[in-house]
Amino acid sequence: MAGGPPKALTSTGPHSLRDMPHPLAGSSSEEAMGGDSTPSPDLLMARSFGDKDLILPNGGSPAGTSSPASSSSLLNRLQLDDDIDGETRDLFVTVDDPKKHVCTMETYITYRITTKSTRVEFDLPEYSVRRRYQDFDWLRSKLEESQPTHLIPPLPEKFVVKGVVDRFSEEFVETRRKALDKFLKRITDHPVLSFNEHFNVFLTAKDLNAYKKQGITLLTRVGESVKHVTGGYKLRSRPLEFAAIGDYLDTFALKLGTIDRIAQRIIKEEIEYLVELREYGPVYSTWSALEGELAEPLEGVSACIGNCSTALEELTDDITEDFLPVLREYILYSDSMKSVLKKRDQVQAEYETKLEAVALRKEERPKVPADVEKCQDRMECFNADLKADMERWQSSKRHDFRQLLVGLADKNIQYYEKCLMAWESIIPLLQEKQETK
Amino acid sequence: MEQASPDLERQFQPAPQEPLGGPGAVLEAAVGEETEGTREDSSVVDAMTGNNFWLKKIEISVSEAEKRTGRNAMNMQETYTAYLIETRSVEHADGQSVLTDSLWRRYSEFELLRNYLLVYYPHVVVPPLPEKRAEFVWHKLSADNMDPDFVERRRIGLENFLLRVASHPVLCRDKIFYLFLTQEGDWKETVNETGCQLKADSRLKALNATFRVKNPDKRFTELKHYSDELQSVISHLLRVRARVADRLYGVYKVHGNYGRVFSEWSAIEKEMGDGLQSAGHHMDVYASSIDDILEDEEHYADQLKEYLFYAEALRAVCRKHELMQYDLETAAQDLASKKQQCEELATGTIRTFSLKGMTTKLFGQETPEQREARIKVLEEQINEGEQQLKSKNLEGREFVKNAWADIERFKEQKNRDLKEALISYAIMQISMCKKVGSPECMPAREAA
Repeated sequence: MAGGPPKALTSTGPHSLRDMPHPLAGSSSEEAMGGDSTPSPDLLMARSFGDKDLILPNGGSPAGTSSPASSSSLLNRLQLDDDIDGETRDLFVTVDDPKKHVCTMETYITYRITTKSTRVEFDLPEYSVRRRYQDFDWLRSKLEESQPTHLIPPLPEKFVVKGVVDRFSEEFVETRRKALDKFLKRITDHPVLSFNEHFNVFLTAKDLNAYKKQGITLLTRVGESVKHVTGGYKLRSRPLEFAAIGDYLDTFALKLGTIDRIAQRIIKEEIEYLVELREYGPVYSTWSALEGELAEPLEGVSACIGNCSTALEELTDDITEDFLPVLREYILYSDSMKSVLKKRDQVQAEYETKLEAVALRKEERPKVPADVEKCQDRMECFNADLKADMERWQSSKRHDFRQLLVGLADKNIQYYEKCLMAWESIIPLLQEKQETK
Repeated sequence: MEQASPDLERQFQPAPQEPLGGPGAVLEAAVGEETEGTREDSSVVDAMTGNNFWLKKIEISVSEAEKRTGRNAMNMQETYTAYLIETRSVEHADGQSVLTDSLWRRYSEFELLRNYLLVYYPHVVVPPLPEKRAEFVWHKLSADNMDPDFVERRRIGLENFLLRVASHPVLCRDKIFYLFLTQEGDWKETVNETGCQLKADSRLKALNATFRVKNPDKRFTELKHYSDELQSVISHLLRVRARVADRLYGVYKVHGNYGRVFSEWSAIEKEMGDGLQSAGHHMDVYASSIDDILEDEEHYADQLKEYLFYAEALRAVCRKHELMQYDLETAAQDLASKKQQCEELATGTIRTFSLKGMTTKLFGQETPEQREARIKVLEEQINEGEQQLKSKNLEGREFVKNAWADIERFKEQKNRDLKEALISYAIMQISMCKKVGSPECMPAREAA
């Protein structure tokens, strides 16, 4: 319905991309391009992210190329197993390379989005654009409007509520980058959403802002039609299965919220423990300075506690980076799900109102009017879409949480193994000394 | 230290020196002989070689602790803990040997025993008693003196104390110690007869007095410095360890919250339900494992604490040496001044302006008879002083020799013990890592 102008834009986009290579890309074949293409000094300020290497191999290439053995990161593994239903994949999207832009009006971060696809909808096999958070936000609301019957994956929260977080800190940007990457991958994996034309534009358009302006009048209508339906109408009978989903989501979100809080508390406790541990080790060093024969064993214990502290720090970092974001995503997911459920209820309400109206006039006109039938179709359609999405969601949830929990367990095991090795390594030191005495 | 000038008076009552020749020495010697006598009766193995002969003969254990209420001196109700000491003779061969015996003692009696040992064996690093009140404990542990865990740890500590004394080459021969183990009734009176309490008081005063030694023995100065440092580093270590334990406790216990949430969550999941359920269960197990871990660690803390108190005992030996040195120096100084006086009288020259010089000038010379008499008295005093100084020097050398031997013994014991403590600490950590960190035990594994 909004096909015309944007289509034209997408086809012109890639050409200009080629004409204007990114200033930082240098001679490499990478095409880094976005709405903001001025080679401003802010590009020089861009941080280099240490894990860039880690992102590129698993994100930019088909999932099969990186071997499972080499992937220790949880995210990597999630990536590999995404092909649960064995669909052949023809669309790959990655978010990487965040850059800070400082303008007179505002400061913001853009992310590079690289798309590779063999689909006919894409004119070129590869695209690279730069988008900022509000562009993602736009995409999500467009998807919600144009695909009201589907479950749209959640975006990371606009602002992190917990604590005052520096929006431009490396950790924050990296966490958000991962979340945005996940968001696009979820859409990419969706059989319907991935074909959405707004999504296409988002991935390919050189100037997204221009498209945004053109789209306004045409696109809002779909959403309106759903929105105008009476809010206060009480459903006669919400189908049992949807009622069950609603209940499920409430409990699910509640439990995840609790787990999230516990995890944060654990991290807090671990950090405090770490602080003490960092003081504990050196005391043994101080002591060793006093002693002759005992100096070496004491120094050994000190070093060992140091190793354990490092291992603990890694564990805490891993939980912060890999565990918490997934919990958050699923908490937000349950909100998305609830809003789709609400829309479904509205459609059912609309249908029921119409049906009642018809029932009143039934004697006059025995045949059910066409628009009521249409409405019923719509509702059934909605139900089917939602059920399918719910099933998809359930299976990916099961999969994600399995990975998450196994990952968590592995991380803990690794931590204890590291501590174990540290302590075992000082045993000979202690015993040998004793024998030589 | 080795100043060889005569002396007249003792300025200090050197209580700690008794075994080497003070007024208490007679008693001490008698006690020593008697003890040896008792021992030799039951032992064909000779006491001279007998470093551990006590242990060869008798097994000691503090086997029980009991809460009791009684009336104290003020006739006030009081609650205290009594400990059952059991001794068992290993060699029954000759009829004279001590058979299984048991008696009750309370902490204050242990304290009395130790005070006595401190007074009569100044050159010995006397094994410390376990703490009177729980210190350096992580907050979950009760600091109550009547707490069963505390009583139990103290019971182990007291037993350890007795074994340390019993295995000490010198202390094990002490009669009071022997009676402590065997004679329940009037043991306290026997101790009081030795007058150790009185001496302990004067010793305490002397130890608290500040005095400056001119020629300190470098070795003892260093040792004192070492014991100060050791004390501060171990107490710091114990404080930090307690905080580490607190935090670790927190980390584990917060994991326990997962247990409930997982099991509640499992209720709404179809396919993941069982996994989550068992994950929750494992989280509970994980959380509760910390109690055992920290309980084990408390044993390590006790081992460190013993050496914290040992540092104090070490310092006491150093202080005693200082005191003795000071005593010696004062005596030497005194002797020197007497000698000078005598010389002045003999030669009639007055080297320094003095009141005596003035009187001489004013009232004329003393008669030669008077002078002779005074010189005679002084010479007698000098003789006496020289004898005393000689014996003090001898005493001092003996003390240094004995003390150093015991300090060497202590150092060896310390190195051995602490190494063992560190090993067991490491082993404890290892087994903890193995237990908690094993894949089977890792909660979430199950959920998969």
